[in-house]
Amino acid sequence: MQKGHFSKEFLQKIAATEPQWMREKRLEAYALYESLPMPHTTQDEVWRRTVDMRTQDYWRRTRRFLRGLNVETYRPSLPTNGEPPAEDVNYSDEEAPGVLVQVDGQLQHSSSTEDLKKKGVYFADLHTALQEQPELLRDYFMNKAVTLETTLKSGNIAQQNKFDALHGAFWQGGYLLHVPKGVSVEVPLRVFIKMSEADQADVSHTLIIAEEGSRVVVLEDNASTTAAASGFHSGAVEIFAGQNANVTYVQVQRWNRHVWNFASHRARVARDAQLCWVSAAFGGRLNKINQAATLEGPGSNAQMLGLAFTDARQHLDVSTAQEHISPHTTSDLMYRTVLKDRSQTAWGGNIYVYPSANHTDAYQKNDNLLLSERAHADTLPGLEIQAHEVRCTHGATAGKIDADQVFYLMSRGLPYAQAERLIVEGFFEPVIERVPLESVREELSTSITRKLAL
Amino acid sequence: MSNELTIKDLHISVQGNPIIKGLSLTVQPGEVHALMGPNGSGKSSLANGLMGHPLYEVDSGEVIFDGVDVLELEPNERAKLGLFLAFQYPTAIPGVSLANFLRLAVSAVRGKAANGDGKDGLIPMREFRRELREKMQQLGVDDSFARRYLNDGFSGGEKKRAEILQLAMLEPKIAILDETDSGLDIDAVRIVGDSVSRLVGPDLGVLIITHYPRLLEYIRPQFVHILLEGRIAESGGWELAEMLEAEGYDPIREKHGIKKEEE
Repeated sequence: MQKGHFSKEFLQKIAATEPQWMREKRLEAYALYESLPMPHTTQDEVWRRTVDMRTQDYWRRTRRFLRGLNVETYRPSLPTNGEPPAEDVNYSDEEAPGVLVQVDGQLQHSSSTEDLKKKGVYFADLHTALQEQPELLRDYFMNKAVTLETTLKSGNIAQQNKFDALHGAFWQGGYLLHVPKGVSVEVPLRVFIKMSEADQADVSHTLIIAEEGSRVVVLEDNASTTAAASGFHSGAVEIFAGQNANVTYVQVQRWNRHVWNFASHRARVARDAQLCWVSAAFGGRLNKINQAATLEGPGSNAQMLGLAFTDARQHLDVSTAQEHISPHTTSDLMYRTVLKDRSQTAWGGNIYVYPSANHTDAYQKNDNLLLSERAHADTLPGLEIQAHEVRCTHGATAGKIDADQVFYLMSRGLPYAQAERLIVEGFFEPVIERVPLESVREELSTSITRKLAL
Repeated sequence: MSNELTIKDLHISVQGNPIIKGLSLTVQPGEVHALMGPNGSGKSSLANGLMGHPLYEVDSGEVIFDGVDVLELEPNERAKLGLFLAFQYPTAIPGVSLANFLRLAVSAVRGKAANGDGKDGLIPMREFRRELREKMQQLGVDDSFARRYLNDGFSGGEKKRAEILQLAMLEPKIAILDETDSGLDIDAVRIVGDSVSRLVGPDLGVLIITHYPRLLEYIRPQFVHILLEGRIAESGGWELAEMLEAEGYDPIREKHGIKKEEE
């Protein structure tokens, strides 16, 4: 496997066989990447709560730049341009209509059932898609959702983000899912994006386009294959839910504790469309995630469910935005975080209601459960409302594990660890019970159990 | 003697305030004791202290159960030994279903005897369900009860019934009922009282903590103790409870030269 650095030279190599417009797009992003400084974590407002717990001290405010991060260390691989290696690993999930597996930026497996193909659903790695679906990519890819300059009004997400620029310049790996008009795929498609080698950089891009009246569920797993290999992930997720479409997108992030994780996720929800968006974050050394849903068409609805569980010296910083452009739109965000050891999290959420978005219902709630004295959770709900007839609520809580709950469970015979585990599972339950599919709920519960066992 | 709970000269304080000041009591299997006392006499502190709540500090004294020094044990180890506390105010655990929790608890308390399938150390689901359903029927609770989150949004009566259901499932040797009758209407007291009295037998000793004699109509104690200011002021039989019902605590206070506390 050929690897390189985040250099212009390597960019040219990646882009060598790509259409010119994409090459230009990459170069434009590269220019921006070069021009933007590394974020300053005490001066840049949107980075003020981002801390690398390994090298920085939250309380003494010694943090400035992301001192422990040297982007040069990490090496992206040259994409295989859609030719999976011979040793095709058997990932076939009997249930899933489509499966895609990628390891260290290289496609390992990609399959769609005949039924899926017959329905006209396009599901392939992004490099193949660039050859086979250039028009679709030209129209959507980093054009309308995650872009170099954000169109979001919410002030909690940077207008220009160095890591989005890096992603735009060096993206490789990831997939395109295109569901045609009126097509319904009930069983979840499965995507596995893995990192295995030390100092690997993963720059995968997720692009989901669900046309009018379609229905689809995607379950995406991002994971390290070893606990020790350091890594760097610069991701982007773009979701387009067309008119009256119903999209469920679940991302389970299980990078190991040595992976730097930067990502921007954005969804646009058209008239009467429904989006159920689940983000489960367990891994990473330092995570800085932007997640925004734009309620574009009247009657559109977005559920944003988040669960996160950090331990050791992990840091997770999530900024969310719910942007209501049209009237009669609904968004409901529920994020629950459990913190162990010395881990820290920051969640800043913003609901932005345009003057045009009357009759909006928008909710956000962030709850944090601290399992240790040294864990720390920052939570900043926010509202910016420009319309008059709006129903909005927001709230946030952070609390230590309840001693009476622990005592109650222990008095019935449960050892401390088991009591704690049960309370944690119970804490996540309100998020999990909102997830529409039993198989996905089970997947999430398994991830929680796995994290508890670490 | 085995399975005997012996409390000797026990002193318990809460945040530095002495609450239990030299209490001694012995409960044998098969016996039903009532510990009665006005508010603030230390009843709940005794219950919590016996079960090992970290907020209730045992300053001195001994609690021996089944020949083991209970005070050295974690609450879960006390449960495993056969102690059970039915709480006055059971804590809600949102998101955790009664059935899930109870399967873990039963498996933990019964240990190896639980005949676990070895994989997860839990008692087999089918066996557990059968037993749970049977005991829920005896208690007159609906099947849906098992799926509800533990004590979460339960009415007062439901909470107490959930406590008794756990008592029935965990099969302790000594059960302490802390004000299990409080906050219940007459019918609920009868249901709870009947359920507990069915569980009383040669293998179970019960310590009923209450300040009303109502519950005792259904579970007649052989021994009645009056707790005043952290000590047992009087011990006797059923006649003591009858006297309390008729005259209240004042005659006993007078006899021991204790002033009535302001409530």
